[in-house]
Amino acid sequence: MDWELARNAFWPILSGGLTGTIPLTLVSFAIGLVIALFVALLRLSPNVILAWIGTAYVSVIRGTPLLVQLFIVFYGLPNLGVVIDPWPSAIVAFSLNVGGYAAEIVRAAILSVPRGQWEAGYTVGMGTARTLRRIVLPQAARVSVPPLSNTFISLVKDTSLASTILVTEEFRKAQEIAAGNPDQILLLYLEAALIYWIFCTALAAGQSALEKRLDRYVAH
Amino acid sequence: MSPTDATGAGPEGPGDVLEPEDRARRGTPLLTVRGLHKTFGDNHVLRGIDLEVRRGSVTALIGPSGSGKTTVLRSLNGLAMPDAGTITAAPSRRQVRRGVPDAESPAGEPLTLDFSRKITKQQRFALRDRSAMVFQQHNLFPHRTVLQNVIEGPVQVQRVPRAEATWRATELLERVGLAEKRDAYPHELSGGQQQRVGIVRALALRPELLLFDEPTSALDPELVGEVLAVMKELADEGWTMVVVTHELQFARAVADEVLFLDGGVVVERGNPERMFREPRRERTRQFLHRLLHPME
Ligand SMILES: Nc1ncnc2c1ncn2[C@@H]1O[C@H](COP(=O)(O)OP(=O)(O)O)[C@@H](O)[C@H]1O
Ligand SMILES: [Mg+2]
Repeated sequence: MDWELARNAFWPILSGGLTGTIPLTLVSFAIGLVIALFVALLRLSPNVILAWIGTAYVSVIRGTPLLVQLFIVFYGLPNLGVVIDPWPSAIVAFSLNVGGYAAEIVRAAILSVPRGQWEAGYTVGMGTARTLRRIVLPQAARVSVPPLSNTFISLVKDTSLASTILVTEEFRKAQEIAAGNPDQILLLYLEAALIYWIFCTALAAGQSALEKRLDRYVAH
Repeated sequence: MSPTDATGAGPEGPGDVLEPEDRARRGTPLLTVRGLHKTFGDNHVLRGIDLEVRRGSVTALIGPSGSGKTTVLRSLNGLAMPDAGTITAAPSRRQVRRGVPDAESPAGEPLTLDFSRKITKQQRFALRDRSAMVFQQHNLFPHRTVLQNVIEGPVQVQRVPRAEATWRATELLERVGLAEKRDAYPHELSGGQQQRVGIVRALALRPELLLFDEPTSALDPELVGEVLAVMKELADEGWTMVVVTHELQFARAVADEVLFLDGGVVVERGNPERMFREPRRERTRQFLHRLLHPME
Protein backbone atom coordinates (compact mmCIF):
# COMPACT_ATOMS: atom_id res chain seq x y z
CA MET A 1 0.00 0.00 0.00
CA ASP A 2 1.39 3.35 -1.07
CA TRP A 3 0.00 5.65 1.64
CA GLU A 4 1.91 8.57 0.27
CA LEU A 5 0.01 8.19 -3.04
CA ALA A 6 -3.23 7.77 -1.17
CA ARG A 7 -2.66 11.01 0.70
CA ASN A 8 -1.69 12.89 -2.46
CA ALA A 9 -4.68 11.50 -4.35
CA PHE A 10 -7.21 12.34 -1.63
CA TRP A 11 -7.67 15.98 -2.50
CA PRO A 12 -7.94 15.50 -6.31
CA ILE A 13 -10.51 12.73 -5.87
CA LEU A 14 -12.46 14.71 -3.27
CA SER A 15 -12.42 17.82 -5.43
CA GLY A 16 -13.74 15.69 -8.31
CA GLY A 17 -16.62 14.93 -5.98
CA LEU A 18 -17.12 18.54 -4.94
CA THR A 19 -16.90 20.02 -8.42
CA GLY A 20 -18.31 17.10 -10.40
CA THR A 21 -20.43 14.61 -8.50
CA ILE A 22 -22.22 17.05 -6.23
CA PRO A 23 -23.22 19.73 -8.75
CA LEU A 24 -24.18 17.04 -11.26
CA THR A 25 -26.38 15.40 -8.64
CA LEU A 26 -27.98 18.63 -7.44
CA VAL A 27 -28.80 19.98 -10.88
CA SER A 28 -30.07 16.66 -12.21
CA PHE A 29 -32.17 16.04 -9.14
CA ALA A 30 -33.76 19.49 -9.22
CA ILE A 31 -34.66 19.19 -12.90
CA GLY A 32 -35.71 15.57 -12.32
CA LEU A 33 -38.17 16.63 -9.62
CA VAL A 34 -39.83 19.11 -11.95
CA ILE A 35 -40.14 16.38 -14.58
CA ALA A 36 -41.46 14.01 -11.92
CA LEU A 37 -44.19 16.38 -10.80
CA PHE A 38 -45.21 16.98 -14.39
CA VAL A 39 -45.27 13.25 -15.20
CA ALA A 40 -47.13 12.44 -11.98
CA LEU A 41 -49.81 14.98 -12.88
CA LEU A 42 -50.03 13.45 -16.37
CA ARG A 43 -50.56 10.04 -14.80
CA LEU A 44 -53.25 11.41 -12.49
CA SER A 45 -55.02 13.23 -15.29
CA PRO A 46 -58.55 12.12 -16.12
CA ASN A 47 -57.56 12.50 -19.79
CA VAL A 48 -56.64 8.96 -20.91
CA ILE A 49 -54.18 10.10 -23.54
CA LEU A 50 -52.25 12.29 -21.12
CA ALA A 51 -52.34 9.52 -18.52
CA TRP A 52 -51.02 7.07 -21.10
CA ILE A 53 -48.14 9.36 -22.03
CA GLY A 54 -47.16 9.55 -18.37
CA THR A 55 -47.37 5.80 -17.95
CA ALA A 56 -45.33 5.15 -21.08
CA TYR A 57 -42.62 7.55 -19.95
CA VAL A 58 -42.25 5.89 -16.57
CA SER A 59 -42.24 2.48 -18.18
CA VAL A 60 -39.45 3.34 -20.63
CA ILE A 61 -37.26 5.03 -18.02
CA ARG A 62 -37.63 2.26 -15.50
CA GLY A 63 -37.39 -0.52 -18.05
CA THR A 64 -34.03 0.49 -19.52
CA PRO A 65 -30.54 0.71 -17.98
CA LEU A 66 -29.30 4.12 -16.96
CA LEU A 67 -25.98 3.45 -18.70
CA VAL A 68 -27.82 2.83 -21.97
CA GLN A 69 -29.83 6.04 -21.52
CA LEU A 70 -26.60 7.92 -20.97
CA PHE A 71 -24.99 6.42 -24.07
CA ILE A 72 -28.04 7.16 -26.20
CA VAL A 73 -27.89 10.83 -25.27
CA PHE A 74 -24.13 11.27 -25.62
CA TYR A 75 -23.04 8.77 -28.29
CA GLY A 76 -26.38 8.13 -30.01
CA LEU A 77 -27.91 11.50 -30.65
CA PRO A 78 -24.96 12.77 -32.73
CA ASN A 79 -26.21 10.39 -35.43
CA LEU A 80 -29.23 12.67 -35.67
CA GLY A 81 -26.95 15.67 -35.79
CA VAL A 82 -27.63 16.44 -32.13
CA VAL A 83 -24.26 16.80 -30.48
CA ILE A 84 -24.31 17.60 -26.77
CA ASP A 85 -21.29 18.15 -24.55
CA PRO A 86 -20.52 15.62 -21.80
CA TRP A 87 -21.84 17.71 -18.93
CA PRO A 88 -25.19 18.68 -20.44
CA SER A 89 -25.58 15.13 -21.76
CA ALA A 90 -25.14 13.76 -18.27
CA ILE A 91 -27.60 16.26 -16.85
CA VAL A 92 -30.17 15.43 -19.51
CA ALA A 93 -29.88 11.68 -18.97
CA PHE A 94 -29.86 11.82 -15.18
CA SER A 95 -32.75 14.31 -15.03
CA LEU A 96 -34.92 12.21 -17.29
CA ASN A 97 -34.04 9.14 -15.25
CA VAL A 98 -34.81 10.73 -11.91
CA GLY A 99 -38.03 12.09 -13.42
CA GLY A 100 -39.22 8.58 -14.22
CA TYR A 101 -38.49 7.13 -10.80
CA ALA A 102 -39.58 10.12 -8.75
CA ALA A 103 -42.83 10.45 -10.73
CA GLU A 104 -44.09 7.28 -9.14
CA ILE A 105 -43.13 8.53 -5.70
CA VAL A 106 -44.82 11.87 -6.24
CA ARG A 107 -47.93 10.25 -7.65
CA ALA A 108 -48.26 7.89 -4.69
CA ALA A 109 -47.68 10.79 -2.30
CA ILE A 110 -50.39 12.91 -3.92
CA LEU A 111 -52.79 9.97 -3.75
CA SER A 112 -51.97 9.46 -0.08
CA VAL A 113 -53.42 12.86 0.85
CA PRO A 114 -56.98 12.28 2.03
CA ARG A 115 -59.81 13.38 -0.29
CA GLY A 116 -61.15 15.53 2.52
CA GLN A 117 -58.15 17.83 2.12
CA TRP A 118 -59.07 18.50 -1.50
CA GLU A 119 -62.66 19.11 -0.47
CA ALA A 120 -61.64 21.44 2.34
CA GLY A 121 -59.58 23.39 -0.20
CA TYR A 122 -62.53 23.60 -2.57
CA THR A 123 -64.90 24.74 0.18
CA VAL A 124 -62.65 27.62 1.17
CA GLY A 125 -62.98 28.70 -2.43
CA MET A 126 -59.80 27.39 -4.03
CA GLY A 127 -59.68 25.74 -7.44
CA THR A 128 -57.88 22.52 -8.29
CA ALA A 129 -54.51 24.09 -9.08
CA ARG A 130 -54.39 26.21 -5.96
CA THR A 131 -55.58 23.36 -3.75
CA LEU A 132 -52.87 21.17 -5.24
CA ARG A 133 -50.19 23.76 -4.66
CA ARG A 134 -51.12 25.04 -1.23
CA ILE A 135 -52.83 22.10 0.42
CA VAL A 136 -52.01 18.80 -1.23
CA LEU A 137 -48.39 19.14 -2.39
CA PRO A 138 -47.03 20.31 0.96
CA GLN A 139 -48.56 17.24 2.58
CA ALA A 140 -47.44 15.00 -0.26
CA ALA A 141 -43.93 16.43 0.09
CA ARG A 142 -43.73 15.20 3.63
CA VAL A 143 -44.78 11.70 2.62
CA SER A 144 -42.33 11.61 -0.26
CA VAL A 145 -39.22 12.79 1.58
CA PRO A 146 -38.00 9.32 2.63
CA PRO A 147 -38.36 7.69 -0.81
CA LEU A 148 -37.08 10.78 -2.63
CA SER A 149 -34.06 10.86 -0.34
CA ASN A 150 -33.30 7.32 -1.39
CA THR A 151 -33.56 8.36 -5.03
CA PHE A 152 -31.23 11.26 -4.31
CA ILE A 153 -28.64 9.07 -2.61
CA SER A 154 -28.81 6.57 -5.46
CA LEU A 155 -28.22 9.43 -7.87
CA VAL A 156 -25.04 10.47 -6.04
CA LYS A 157 -23.66 7.02 -6.74
CA ASP A 158 -25.16 6.73 -10.24
CA THR A 159 -23.38 9.90 -11.37
CA SER A 160 -20.17 7.82 -11.40
CA LEU A 161 -21.52 6.46 -14.69
CA ALA A 162 -20.91 9.90 -16.17
CA SER A 163 -17.21 8.99 -16.13
CA THR A 164 -18.01 6.85 -19.18
CA ILE A 165 -19.00 9.90 -21.19
CA LEU A 166 -15.94 11.93 -20.26
CA VAL A 167 -17.42 13.97 -17.43
CA THR A 168 -14.72 14.76 -14.91
CA GLU A 169 -16.38 13.81 -11.68
CA GLU A 170 -15.07 12.00 -8.66
CA PHE A 171 -14.69 8.51 -10.08
CA ARG A 172 -13.10 9.70 -13.30
CA LYS A 173 -10.52 11.57 -11.22
CA ALA A 174 -9.72 8.33 -9.43
CA GLN A 175 -9.47 6.50 -12.76
CA GLU A 176 -7.06 9.08 -14.13
CA ILE A 177 -4.76 8.74 -11.14
CA ALA A 178 -5.07 4.96 -11.25
CA ALA A 179 -4.02 4.95 -14.90
CA GLY A 180 -0.56 6.17 -13.86
CA ASN A 181 -0.31 3.79 -10.90
CA PRO A 182 -1.54 0.38 -12.10
CA ASP A 183 -0.27 -1.40 -8.94
CA GLN A 184 -2.28 0.90 -6.67
CA ILE A 185 -5.68 0.63 -8.37
CA LEU A 186 -7.23 -1.19 -5.44
CA LEU A 187 -6.11 1.49 -2.99
CA LEU A 188 -7.29 4.36 -5.17
CA TYR A 189 -10.69 2.85 -5.88
CA LEU A 190 -11.18 2.03 -2.21
CA GLU A 191 -10.37 5.64 -1.51
CA ALA A 192 -12.97 6.80 -4.05
CA ALA A 193 -15.49 4.40 -2.49
CA LEU A 194 -14.74 5.83 0.94
CA ILE A 195 -15.44 9.37 -0.26
CA TYR A 196 -18.76 8.28 -1.84
CA TRP A 197 -19.61 6.59 1.42
CA ILE A 198 -18.93 9.76 3.38
CA PHE A 199 -21.15 11.77 1.02
CA CYS A 200 -23.99 9.28 1.27
CA THR A 201 -23.75 8.91 5.03
CA ALA A 202 -23.87 12.65 5.46
CA LEU A 203 -26.89 12.80 3.18
CA ALA A 204 -28.66 10.07 5.13
CA ALA A 205 -28.14 12.09 8.30
CA GLY A 206 -29.54 15.14 6.54
CA GLN A 207 -32.51 13.06 5.46
CA SER A 208 -33.35 12.14 9.06
CA ALA A 209 -33.11 15.76 10.13
CA LEU A 210 -35.38 16.86 7.31
CA GLU A 211 -37.94 14.17 8.13
CA LYS A 212 -37.98 15.29 11.74
CA ARG A 213 -38.53 18.87 10.73
CA LEU A 214 -41.37 17.99 8.39
CA ASP A 215 -42.95 15.80 11.03
CA ARG A 216 -43.56 18.66 13.40
CA TYR A 217 -47.22 18.99 12.51
CA VAL A 218 -48.00 15.31 12.67
CA ALA A 219 -49.19 13.55 15.78
CA HIS A 220 -46.97 10.74 17.06
CA MET B 1 -82.75 44.61 -3.72
CA SER B 2 -82.96 47.09 -0.84
CA PRO B 3 -83.21 46.69 2.94
CA THR B 4 -86.94 47.39 2.79
CA ASP B 5 -87.44 43.97 1.22
CA ALA B 6 -86.73 42.36 4.58
CA THR B 7 -89.48 40.10 5.78
CA GLY B 8 -87.92 39.66 9.20
CA ALA B 9 -88.65 36.09 10.22
CA GLY B 10 -87.75 34.84 13.68
CA PRO B 11 -86.05 36.66 16.52
CA GLU B 12 -83.53 39.36 15.71
CA GLY B 13 -79.95 38.34 16.47
CA PRO B 14 -77.25 40.76 17.58
CA GLY B 15 -77.20 43.17 14.69
CA ASP B 16 -73.50 43.53 14.10
CA VAL B 17 -72.68 39.89 13.42
CA LEU B 18 -74.42 39.38 10.11
CA GLU B 19 -73.64 41.29 6.97
CA PRO B 20 -76.27 44.00 6.33
CA GLU B 21 -77.25 42.53 2.94
CA ASP B 22 -77.99 39.19 4.62
CA ARG B 23 -79.85 40.70 7.53
CA ALA B 24 -81.98 42.81 5.23
CA ARG B 25 -83.07 39.75 3.27
CA ARG B 26 -83.91 37.66 6.33
CA GLY B 27 -86.67 35.17 5.65
CA THR B 28 -86.34 35.29 1.87
CA PRO B 29 -85.28 32.14 0.01
CA LEU B 30 -81.52 31.72 -0.24
CA LEU B 31 -81.50 28.35 -1.98
CA THR B 32 -84.35 26.57 -3.68
CA VAL B 33 -83.74 22.94 -4.54
CA ARG B 34 -86.09 21.09 -6.87
CA GLY B 35 -86.19 17.44 -7.91
CA LEU B 36 -82.60 16.53 -7.15
CA HIS B 37 -81.54 13.12 -8.45
CA LYS B 38 -78.17 11.47 -8.09
CA THR B 39 -76.87 8.02 -8.92
CA PHE B 40 -73.51 6.47 -8.14
CA GLY B 41 -73.17 3.67 -10.68
CA ASP B 42 -76.49 1.87 -10.34
CA ASN B 43 -77.05 3.15 -6.81
CA HIS B 44 -79.89 5.68 -7.04
CA VAL B 45 -78.95 7.77 -4.02
CA LEU B 46 -81.20 10.82 -4.36
CA ARG B 47 -84.67 10.36 -5.79
CA GLY B 48 -86.21 13.78 -6.12
CA ILE B 49 -85.21 16.01 -3.24
CA ASP B 50 -87.03 19.33 -2.78
CA LEU B 51 -85.77 21.83 -0.26
CA GLU B 52 -85.97 25.52 0.43
CA VAL B 53 -83.42 27.27 2.59
CA ARG B 54 -84.56 30.66 3.86
CA ARG B 55 -82.14 33.26 5.11
CA GLY B 56 -81.74 33.10 8.85
CA SER B 57 -83.26 29.64 9.11
CA VAL B 58 -81.78 26.41 10.41
CA THR B 59 -82.62 23.26 8.48
CA ALA B 60 -81.76 19.88 10.01
CA LEU B 61 -81.35 16.76 7.88
CA ILE B 62 -81.86 13.54 9.75
CA GLY B 63 -82.15 9.96 8.58
CA PRO B 64 -80.45 6.59 8.67
CA SER B 65 -76.94 6.06 7.40
CA GLY B 66 -76.83 5.89 3.63
CA SER B 67 -80.11 7.75 3.18
CA GLY B 68 -78.40 10.49 1.16
CA LYS B 69 -78.01 13.29 3.72
CA THR B 70 -74.37 13.96 2.94
CA THR B 71 -75.03 13.88 -0.79
CA VAL B 72 -77.81 16.47 -0.44
CA LEU B 73 -75.55 18.71 1.62
CA ARG B 74 -72.67 18.38 -0.82
CA SER B 75 -74.98 19.19 -3.70
CA LEU B 76 -75.68 22.54 -2.07
CA ASN B 77 -72.08 23.66 -2.56
CA GLY B 78 -71.22 21.81 -5.75
CA LEU B 79 -69.01 19.15 -4.13
CA ALA B 80 -71.49 16.59 -5.43
CA MET B 81 -72.93 16.96 -8.90
CA PRO B 82 -76.51 15.73 -9.13
CA ASP B 83 -77.71 14.17 -12.40
CA ALA B 84 -81.00 16.03 -12.54
CA GLY B 85 -82.90 18.75 -10.74
CA THR B 86 -82.22 22.41 -10.14
CA ILE B 87 -80.70 24.58 -7.48
CA THR B 88 -81.63 28.24 -7.57
CA ALA B 89 -79.62 30.67 -5.48
CA ALA B 90 -80.71 34.22 -4.72
CA PRO B 91 -78.31 36.95 -5.86
CA SER B 92 -75.20 36.81 -3.79
CA ARG B 93 -74.28 39.41 -1.21
CA ARG B 94 -71.44 40.51 -3.44
CA GLN B 95 -73.85 41.14 -6.30
CA VAL B 96 -76.24 43.06 -4.13
CA ARG B 97 -73.46 45.11 -2.57
CA ARG B 98 -71.80 46.05 -5.81
CA GLY B 99 -75.06 46.35 -7.68
CA VAL B 100 -73.22 45.01 -10.72
CA PRO B 101 -73.72 41.83 -12.63
CA ASP B 102 -71.57 38.82 -11.87
CA ALA B 103 -70.30 36.91 -14.84
CA GLU B 104 -72.50 33.96 -13.95
CA SER B 105 -75.75 35.82 -13.51
CA PRO B 106 -76.69 39.36 -14.45
CA ALA B 107 -77.59 41.69 -11.59
CA GLY B 108 -80.71 40.87 -9.71
CA GLU B 109 -81.23 37.54 -11.41
CA PRO B 110 -80.88 34.44 -9.28
CA LEU B 111 -78.27 31.86 -10.16
CA THR B 112 -79.82 28.67 -11.50
CA LEU B 113 -78.00 25.39 -11.90
CA ASP B 114 -79.95 22.92 -13.99
CA PHE B 115 -78.20 19.62 -13.46
CA SER B 116 -79.75 17.96 -16.47
CA ARG B 117 -77.47 20.27 -18.47
CA LYS B 118 -73.76 20.79 -18.31
CA ILE B 119 -72.75 22.83 -15.29
CA THR B 120 -69.92 25.23 -15.97
CA LYS B 121 -67.03 25.76 -13.63
CA GLN B 122 -68.18 29.36 -13.13
CA GLN B 123 -71.63 28.19 -12.02
CA ARG B 124 -70.15 25.70 -9.59
CA PHE B 125 -67.82 28.32 -8.14
CA ALA B 126 -70.64 30.87 -7.91
CA LEU B 127 -72.77 28.40 -5.95
CA ARG B 128 -69.87 27.36 -3.71
CA ASP B 129 -68.96 30.98 -3.12
CA ARG B 130 -72.14 31.47 -1.10
CA SER B 131 -71.44 28.78 1.46
CA ALA B 132 -68.86 27.32 3.78
CA MET B 133 -68.74 23.78 5.11
CA VAL B 134 -67.89 22.08 8.38
CA PHE B 135 -66.99 18.44 7.90
CA GLN B 136 -67.51 15.37 10.04
CA GLN B 137 -63.75 14.76 10.09
CA HIS B 138 -62.74 18.38 10.57
CA ASN B 139 -60.45 18.30 7.48
CA LEU B 140 -58.26 21.03 8.90
CA PHE B 141 -55.01 21.52 7.01
CA PRO B 142 -52.52 19.59 9.15
CA HIS B 143 -49.49 21.46 7.87
CA ARG B 144 -50.86 24.85 8.85
CA THR B 145 -51.41 26.42 12.22
CA VAL B 146 -54.87 27.22 13.50
CA LEU B 147 -54.51 30.82 12.37
CA GLN B 148 -53.19 29.82 8.95
CA ASN B 149 -56.10 27.43 8.53
CA VAL B 150 -58.55 30.20 9.26
CA ILE B 151 -57.04 32.89 7.02
CA GLU B 152 -56.23 30.63 4.07
CA GLY B 153 -59.50 31.26 2.25
CA PRO B 154 -59.85 34.97 3.06
CA VAL B 155 -56.24 35.78 2.10
CA GLN B 156 -55.67 33.42 -0.82
CA VAL B 157 -59.08 33.48 -2.43
CA GLN B 158 -60.94 36.55 -1.26
CA ARG B 159 -57.84 38.78 -1.31
CA VAL B 160 -58.47 40.16 2.15
CA PRO B 161 -55.30 41.90 3.38
CA ARG B 162 -53.40 39.55 5.67
CA ALA B 163 -53.45 41.93 8.63
CA GLU B 164 -57.22 42.33 8.43
CA ALA B 165 -57.78 38.60 7.98
CA THR B 166 -55.54 37.87 10.97
CA TRP B 167 -57.34 40.37 13.12
CA ARG B 168 -60.74 38.98 12.15
CA ALA B 169 -59.59 35.40 12.63
CA THR B 170 -58.29 36.20 16.09
CA GLU B 171 -61.59 37.76 17.01
CA LEU B 172 -63.50 34.69 15.79
CA LEU B 173 -61.13 32.37 17.64
CA GLU B 174 -61.70 34.41 20.78
CA ARG B 175 -65.43 33.92 20.38
CA VAL B 176 -65.05 30.14 20.49
CA GLY B 177 -62.46 30.32 23.27
CA LEU B 178 -59.45 29.32 21.18
CA ALA B 179 -57.51 32.56 20.83
CA GLU B 180 -54.51 31.17 22.68
CA LYS B 181 -54.37 28.21 20.27
CA ARG B 182 -53.89 30.29 17.17
CA ASP B 183 -50.30 29.19 16.65
CA ALA B 184 -50.92 25.53 17.48
CA TYR B 185 -51.11 22.84 14.81
CA PRO B 186 -54.39 20.95 14.45
CA HIS B 187 -52.98 17.72 15.88
CA GLU B 188 -52.22 19.53 19.13
CA LEU B 189 -55.92 20.19 19.73
CA SER B 190 -58.69 18.03 21.14
CA GLY B 191 -61.42 16.82 18.81
CA GLY B 192 -63.83 19.45 20.09
CA GLN B 193 -61.27 22.20 19.62
CA GLN B 194 -60.48 20.99 16.11
CA GLN B 195 -64.14 21.12 15.22
CA ARG B 196 -64.50 24.61 16.65
CA VAL B 197 -61.55 25.71 14.51
CA GLY B 198 -63.36 24.09 11.57
CA ILE B 199 -66.36 26.28 12.35
CA VAL B 200 -64.20 29.38 12.62
CA ARG B 201 -62.52 28.56 9.32
CA ALA B 202 -65.98 28.43 7.77
CA LEU B 203 -67.13 31.67 9.44
CA ALA B 204 -64.00 33.51 8.32
CA LEU B 205 -65.16 33.16 4.73
CA ARG B 206 -68.20 35.32 5.63
CA PRO B 207 -70.49 32.83 3.91
CA GLU B 208 -74.17 33.39 3.37
CA LEU B 209 -74.85 29.77 4.22
CA LEU B 210 -73.19 27.39 6.68
CA LEU B 211 -73.24 23.67 5.92
CA PHE B 212 -72.55 21.13 8.66
CA ASP B 213 -72.13 17.41 8.00
CA GLU B 214 -72.54 15.56 11.29
CA PRO B 215 -70.07 17.89 12.99
CA THR B 216 -70.20 16.00 16.28
CA SER B 217 -70.39 12.39 15.10
CA ALA B 218 -66.65 11.79 15.24
CA LEU B 219 -66.26 13.31 18.70
CA ASP B 220 -65.96 11.71 22.09
CA PRO B 221 -69.29 12.19 23.88
CA GLU B 222 -67.92 14.63 26.43
CA LEU B 223 -66.72 16.94 23.63
CA VAL B 224 -70.03 17.10 21.75
CA GLY B 225 -71.52 19.81 23.96
CA GLU B 226 -68.88 22.47 23.31
CA VAL B 227 -69.39 22.19 19.56
CA LEU B 228 -73.18 22.18 19.72
CA ALA B 229 -73.04 25.22 21.99
CA VAL B 230 -71.13 27.19 19.35
CA MET B 231 -73.58 26.09 16.67
CA LYS B 232 -76.53 27.10 18.78
CA GLU B 233 -75.00 30.51 19.29
CA LEU B 234 -74.60 30.91 15.53
CA ALA B 235 -78.21 29.92 14.97
CA ASP B 236 -79.31 32.45 17.56
CA GLU B 237 -77.31 35.12 15.78
CA GLY B 238 -79.31 34.49 12.67
CA TRP B 239 -76.87 32.54 10.51
CA THR B 240 -78.42 30.45 7.78
CA MET B 241 -77.53 26.84 8.45
CA VAL B 242 -78.16 23.40 7.00
CA VAL B 243 -77.10 20.72 9.45
CA VAL B 244 -76.90 16.97 9.02
CA THR B 245 -77.15 15.62 12.55
CA HIS B 246 -78.19 12.79 14.80
CA GLU B 247 -78.50 15.10 17.79
CA LEU B 248 -82.28 15.27 18.17
CA GLN B 249 -82.13 17.53 21.19
CA PHE B 250 -80.04 19.99 19.24
CA ALA B 251 -82.37 19.82 16.25
CA ARG B 252 -85.37 20.42 18.47
CA ALA B 253 -83.77 23.40 20.17
CA VAL B 254 -82.33 25.04 17.07
CA ALA B 255 -83.89 23.89 13.82
CA ASP B 256 -86.76 25.69 12.17
CA GLU B 257 -87.42 22.75 9.91
CA VAL B 258 -86.40 19.11 10.02
CA LEU B 259 -86.25 16.87 6.97
CA PHE B 260 -86.29 13.13 7.53
CA LEU B 261 -84.57 11.37 4.63
CA ASP B 262 -84.77 7.70 3.89
CA GLY B 263 -83.80 5.93 0.67
CA GLY B 264 -83.05 9.18 -1.12
CA VAL B 265 -86.43 10.81 -0.56
CA VAL B 266 -87.72 13.25 2.02
CA VAL B 267 -90.14 11.05 3.90
CA GLU B 268 -91.35 13.75 6.24
CA ARG B 269 -90.60 17.38 6.95
CA GLY B 270 -91.76 19.94 9.42
CA ASN B 271 -91.29 21.62 12.74
CA PRO B 272 -88.98 19.50 14.94
CA GLU B 273 -91.15 19.79 18.04
CA ARG B 274 -94.14 18.44 16.19
CA MET B 275 -92.25 15.78 14.23
CA PHE B 276 -90.45 14.33 17.23
CA ARG B 277 -93.63 14.31 19.30
CA GLU B 278 -95.99 12.91 16.71
CA PRO B 279 -94.30 11.74 13.51
CA ARG B 280 -96.80 11.34 10.68
CA ARG B 281 -95.00 8.55 8.89
CA GLU B 282 -94.34 5.12 10.22
CA ARG B 283 -90.75 5.18 8.95
CA THR B 284 -90.09 8.44 10.78
CA ARG B 285 -91.56 7.01 13.95
CA GLN B 286 -89.36 3.90 13.71
CA PHE B 287 -86.22 5.92 13.03
CA LEU B 288 -86.82 8.29 15.93
CA HIS B 289 -87.64 5.38 18.18
CA ARG B 290 -84.40 3.60 17.27
CA LEU B 291 -82.40 6.75 17.88
CA LEU B 292 -83.96 7.32 21.29
CA HIS B 293 -83.99 3.67 22.37
CA PRO B 294 -80.98 2.06 20.72
CA MET B 295 -81.06 -1.00 22.99
CA GLU B 296 -84.53 -2.22 22.11
N1 LIG C 1 -68.57 9.18 -3.92
C1 LIG C 1 -69.42 8.13 -3.84
N2 LIG C 1 -69.27 7.09 -4.68
C2 LIG C 1 -70.11 6.04 -4.63
N3 LIG C 1 -71.16 5.93 -3.79
C3 LIG C 1 -71.37 6.95 -2.93
C4 LIG C 1 -70.50 8.09 -2.90
N4 LIG C 1 -70.95 8.93 -1.95
C5 LIG C 1 -72.03 8.34 -1.39
N5 LIG C 1 -72.29 7.15 -1.97
C6 LIG C 1 -73.40 6.26 -1.65
O1 LIG C 1 -74.57 7.03 -1.65
C7 LIG C 1 -75.42 6.61 -0.60
C8 LIG C 1 -75.79 7.79 0.24
O2 LIG C 1 -74.63 8.28 0.85
P1 LIG C 1 -74.63 9.53 1.79
O3 LIG C 1 -75.20 10.70 1.08
O4 LIG C 1 -73.25 9.66 2.31
O5 LIG C 1 -75.63 9.11 2.95
P2 LIG C 1 -75.69 9.58 4.46
O6 LIG C 1 -74.91 10.83 4.61
O7 LIG C 1 -77.15 9.77 4.71
O8 LIG C 1 -75.15 8.46 5.29
C9 LIG C 1 -74.71 5.49 0.13
O9 LIG C 1 -75.20 4.29 -0.33
C10 LIG C 1 -73.28 5.70 -0.26
O10 LIG C 1 -72.62 4.45 -0.28
MG1 LIG D 1 -73.26 11.22 5.86
